[in-house]
Amino acid sequence: MRKYVPKDDVQKKSYYTDRFWVAPQVAKSPVDSDEVFAADLAAIAAQCDVVDSYIQVDQMVVIINPDDNFKAAQILKEECAYNQLSECSAIDWLAKKGQFEVFYQFLSMSKRKRVRIKCFIDKDQAVESLNPLYRSADWAEREMYDMLGVKVNNHPYFKRILMPDDWVGHPLLKTYPLQGDEAASWYEVDRIYGKEARDVIGPENRDSALVDRYDTERFGRLGHEVARGSEYNKDQAETPLGYQEDGGVFAISKFQEDDAVVITDRKR
Amino acid sequence: MQQPNRLRPFFENISFDRKDNEMVINFGPQHPSAHGQLRLILHLQQEQITKAHPDIGYLHRGMEKMAENMIYNEFLPTTDRMDYIASSSNNYGFALAVEKLIDVAVPRRAKVIRMMLLEINRLMSHLFWLATTALDIGAMTVFLYAFREREYLMDIIEDYCGARLTHSSVRIGGVPLDIPDNFIPDLKAFLDKFPQDLKDYEDLLDTNRIWKMRMENVGVISTEMAESWGCSGVMLRASGVEWDIRKEEPYELYEEVDFDVPVSDKGDNYARYKLYMAEMRESSKILYQTMDMYQKCVENNETELMAHAPQYISAPKIDIMTQNYSLMQHFVLVTQGMRPPVGEVYIPTESPKGELGFYINSQGGPYPYRLKMRAPSFWHTGILTDLLPGSMIPDVVSIIGTTNIVFGEVDR
Repeated sequence: MRKYVPKDDVQKKSYYTDRFWVAPQVAKSPVDSDEVFAADLAAIAAQCDVVDSYIQVDQMVVIINPDDNFKAAQILKEECAYNQLSECSAIDWLAKKGQFEVFYQFLSMSKRKRVRIKCFIDKDQAVESLNPLYRSADWAEREMYDMLGVKVNNHPYFKRILMPDDWVGHPLLKTYPLQGDEAASWYEVDRIYGKEARDVIGPENRDSALVDRYDTERFGRLGHEVARGSEYNKDQAETPLGYQEDGGVFAISKFQEDDAVVITDRKR
Repeated sequence: MQQPNRLRPFFENISFDRKDNEMVINFGPQHPSAHGQLRLILHLQQEQITKAHPDIGYLHRGMEKMAENMIYNEFLPTTDRMDYIASSSNNYGFALAVEKLIDVAVPRRAKVIRMMLLEINRLMSHLFWLATTALDIGAMTVFLYAFREREYLMDIIEDYCGARLTHSSVRIGGVPLDIPDNFIPDLKAFLDKFPQDLKDYEDLLDTNRIWKMRMENVGVISTEMAESWGCSGVMLRASGVEWDIRKEEPYELYEEVDFDVPVSDKGDNYARYKLYMAEMRESSKILYQTMDMYQKCVENNETELMAHAPQYISAPKIDIMTQNYSLMQHFVLVTQGMRPPVGEVYIPTESPKGELGFYINSQGGPYPYRLKMRAPSFWHTGILTDLLPGSMIPDVVSIIGTTNIVFGEVDR
């Protein structure tokens, strides 16, 4: 029987996991344990629904409803002195829950605190742009859209940023193979030679580790050396793999154990 | 507008539109002073820029995607290729994030060595910045001088890890090697000479008429703009914000060393230049102190270089070669990889370019579920959208120069 390969997550999986393996958790502590965070959380909770909140690795994580993301960022910026949006991106949970997790990483320089606001959105749901509050959201949201296909409302210049504008698919989705999909392998062929040349050129090889042992144009085989581009011949005799200096090569002396010196410390 | 066909293909670089005197030109992606593969689409009113669209992605290698398909240790050499001018700082940022995730304590001697590497990398990066920016503005001598000094530092790094550019000199949980015998004498010899070198550069540049004309009051970034655009490092400090992660959220042993954070409130290119020079002096100060700290470690016989956490980090080589169980663990860690606990971290470090952060979401597997790299240069490129309009076209070169962007980490 053929092996079942899940289509909704084509990322690399561990080939072996112990039956009784239970993954440990990174410790979470309640927000009350830190005064500053508790005050910030209270400010957010006064105007937004807070789904969950905790402190993990010295940073507060607040999970809110996706509709409140602009409101929460506004409170953080205007009331809680979080003056920088240092990062914003999303995580693909489509295979597990059919959702994206969008996270915003804020920094308050006056308080020396970092907060992560998160929200879960459905596949086709869009989030509001934080661009009016933080200009860094401009590029961060473009990258989020480019990499994961998360749509952003009211963005001033909403287009792809890293990939070409006419690229098909969003590379960081779990459904997107590491070496690119069908469209990726034709992209450059189409751009450079035109679609009609597909039959002549063939798809681009996107597997950087691919070795074709019968391709004498691009690969050589140790012990089976043939002239470049020549026909591969199965009956061909092996090329001898002796040492060149076996017969004695000028200026190369052979290793003599008696003459060898053992070094005791590192030579410079 | 061009009408491309098979005989007259679309020439991106020479295309320009003319609409009521507005000219659209492409700056890059192959421009020598674009510091990499940056394409700027500039709208010009005569010599003045009215609109700028930085276009990036020409060096996009999908590192975040690669990270999702690699075990943690396997990914570490890939981080070299982010900010390839100071690759140890990327290695370190990643290693620190994973260490916070698995919660291991790094031995003191390893911390000291890491700090040395980080500061040497900072010097290398700043020297490279000075060299290339000066070259862009036309100061060939400074370029040659600064590259000469950088070469000494590369030799020192090469003595440590064998590589000059892509170091991979940090491991998750410590460092792979102790420093070689001549490392400290070489470094000392360099640092003793270095203030004179810095003085040479400053003598050439500080009051140089051309340099000042190209730098002073050019590319002024206000405090609000720098904060709003997520600027960090020198880009932020030149705009009057005193924020250095080494000071404010100390990692490693930065609490123990004595150094100052130079700040300027001018926000122009010249302020950034002065800060880079001042930072090099501070880095040498830190390096002198780390050499003493290292000496103390030697005297106290602290020989550990890697953290002890058998489920995450391989045992020392001697144990692997002599003890069966260590060998088995090592085999599992190499073939399957460590499995950090379920959770997420965002760990910022002060790389030479600014705030380098690694966000890792682990689901308890040997591959990170999501890894996001917050590279400072990404935002320092983004700010060009707002910074360039209003300035003249020759200023573009000096502004790009002082933003100190490296495309390995802009595009990742």
